[in-house]
Amino acid sequence: MTVRRRARAAAGATLALALLTTGCGGSDGGDDGDQITLTLGLYGTFGYEEAGLYEEYMDLHPEIRIEQSVVAQSGPYYQALQTRLAAGSGMADIQGIEIGFVSDVAANHADAFVDFAAEDNAEELESSYYDWKWDQASTDDGRVIGLGTDAGPQAMCYRQDLFAQAGLPTDPAAVSALWPTWDDYLATGQQYLASPTRQEGSAFVDSPNSVFAPAVRQGDTTYADEDGNPVVEDSDGVQSAWGLASQAAGDGLTARLAQFSDEWNAAFANGAFATIACPSWMLSYITSQLGDEGAGLWNIATLPGQSESGSTWGGSWLGVPSSGEHVEEATALAEWLTAPEQQVRMFTEQGFFPSSSVAAESPEVADAVSEYFSDAPIGQVFGEAAAAVRRTPISPYDTQIQDAFSAALTTVADGSRDPDQAYADALAAIEQITG
Amino acid sequence: MTLADDSPRTVTAPAVPVPPDPTPPPVPRRRGPSLSRNRWGYAYVAPFFVVFGAFSLFPFLFTAWVSLHDARLSDIGGGTFVGLDNYAALLTNDFFWNALRNTITIGVLSTVPQLCLALGLAHLLHYKLRGRTFFRTLMLVPYATSIAAATLVFATLFGRDYGIINTALEAVGLDRIDWESGTLSSQVAIAVIVTWRWTGYNALIYLAAMQSIPGELYEAAEMDGASKWRQFLHVTIPSLRPTILFTVVVSTIGAVQLFGEPLLFGGNGATTGGARNQYQTLGLLMYQQGWTNFNIGQAATTAWAMFLIILAVVGSAALVGRYRARREGARR
Repeated sequence: MTVRRRARAAAGATLALALLTTGCGGSDGGDDGDQITLTLGLYGTFGYEEAGLYEEYMDLHPEIRIEQSVVAQSGPYYQALQTRLAAGSGMADIQGIEIGFVSDVAANHADAFVDFAAEDNAEELESSYYDWKWDQASTDDGRVIGLGTDAGPQAMCYRQDLFAQAGLPTDPAAVSALWPTWDDYLATGQQYLASPTRQEGSAFVDSPNSVFAPAVRQGDTTYADEDGNPVVEDSDGVQSAWGLASQAAGDGLTARLAQFSDEWNAAFANGAFATIACPSWMLSYITSQLGDEGAGLWNIATLPGQSESGSTWGGSWLGVPSSGEHVEEATALAEWLTAPEQQVRMFTEQGFFPSSSVAAESPEVADAVSEYFSDAPIGQVFGEAAAAVRRTPISPYDTQIQDAFSAALTTVADGSRDPDQAYADALAAIEQITG
Repeated sequence: MTLADDSPRTVTAPAVPVPPDPTPPPVPRRRGPSLSRNRWGYAYVAPFFVVFGAFSLFPFLFTAWVSLHDARLSDIGGGTFVGLDNYAALLTNDFFWNALRNTITIGVLSTVPQLCLALGLAHLLHYKLRGRTFFRTLMLVPYATSIAAATLVFATLFGRDYGIINTALEAVGLDRIDWESGTLSSQVAIAVIVTWRWTGYNALIYLAAMQSIPGELYEAAEMDGASKWRQFLHVTIPSLRPTILFTVVVSTIGAVQLFGEPLLFGGNGATTGGARNQYQTLGLLMYQQGWTNFNIGQAATTAWAMFLIILAVVGSAALVGRYRARREGARR
């Protein structure tokens, strides 16, 4: 999820520029003094401006003007949002909410936001979403504090050329058949490592986090129990994911990189690893790292263990602070921006995978193919992944807990800790977070 | 008291410049009429105190108040009052002691070479060199570079797989070093960044102080047959003592607050200071507690602990200074 934050940060600067140049695009609709200005407070890149959605909405509703302010990274954005929630003022008409803090907002600040479950069209809204997406923004007493924008269903990306060189199959169906389970995935890794023709210096997977992050969300529980309280040691997701990821790290299957570090970025271009866990948004990250030269290198297979459960990473919501001046208009805009038709457009124009099952099942999405990723049927791959995701509870600490495990796995990979020590380190760090 | 008055044997005695008299005669204070007469003076200084109050004094006191509460960032004014529990917890917190240890080792690794190099550089620049203004200006360039830019460049240089330093090590037949993941290696790397940035700044301060040392001292020393090296040891350094004390204090305060370099050195924005917290400093720990874990009460406590540490450093420096001054006064 931190990852999500950073992937989005990459486009933040571009967005700021776009804002400067097109910020007031629709203000010429009429200046009779009755115009309402709606503000959106967002982070990273939601892509609405670029996709032309604001302009379209303002054309449909001449009385509305839309302005957005964007913070590049979701971390600082959330810090600012928290102080505004504490002060009870200063919020925009619509606020972006990320997976990393949606459960904190739901648990502690639900009163500050419009309850979409109490809207007249609540049933219609709910039925358009994947159940887990709707669920993640729900409170214990059934309030819903945000409408889902995008989602990050996960698949496994692999380098076709490196697979071929190591004597592994390259066809997506055959590759998916290599790893029905994570154990099979690790066995394939051993096979890759043992291959005499393997490209020198290349590892099977970029980092232990490519195993841990997807696998931890395939259990019955991740980091929280049903009440949203953090559980770590008793979580089946954590236990199995730790076992798998620490094995991958200890066996030298990883390139010993920390995800989103500079070395990791450089490693893309250098072909230092053959597989990487791919939430849908990772495709644009890979594309931006490799540029045109990377076209046709990568392909996409099914995530190991998906027959048991799919896995997601990242995703956002739009919430409407109930203290705003134009709550009604803001609610209407939030519903429009997140409606299935608009989610389809966000996918086809900006590459954000829908969190609306209706949108994901529409032909424009379901039949989509990525030329860059060797004509992979991305609509189908990620649609199946999203449909296989089970509802699991989330906690306000998910991001930090995952980062703690990710750091601990790095120490296993670089050999400075054995798995048991590293696990103890992670628990100690997590105690600081949740304690 | 100049050296010219002394016998040649005592050239080595620490002498000039004379430290301020430790007990100046009490100046009678004027009160009453001056208060109203200086009304405009107060008006002129008021903006400073208003800004100081809003942005320094209030946060300072508010931090103390928050540190007595179990507070989260989203409820910073609330939280339950826990007295000194946060401080007690801090003293038994492994992460705090680890960060303190790292802060001290990185501090020593950066401050000592930094000041030694600065002293040497200042000495060289004190000679009449062709284009010395150019060199003096050049020394300030690292200081004028942003911490972020410098750290990002150094992090790339120290990269494990593609860093130029490892490439160079390999070229001369040495092993590659995983700078970031080792404890000592990562701390050395960070110390290099700090040293690079601050050496020139300190050198200029030393240079300024050197220029105020009377030339007669050197002439006298030269007449006594002291080599350039001995002149440096026995004239320059003793004369610079107050300046050295000043730079030690300032560098130590900087070392206690070290934050930007370890934050950016990891390259992925993590506030842990390495996967094993191997280069997490106190400043970074505070940031992690407050702005990653949102435990603002804990962060406020760490902030106050840092303040007390700095107070202790400055206090002991003042004691050293006073002791020295008194000793010299007695000798005189």
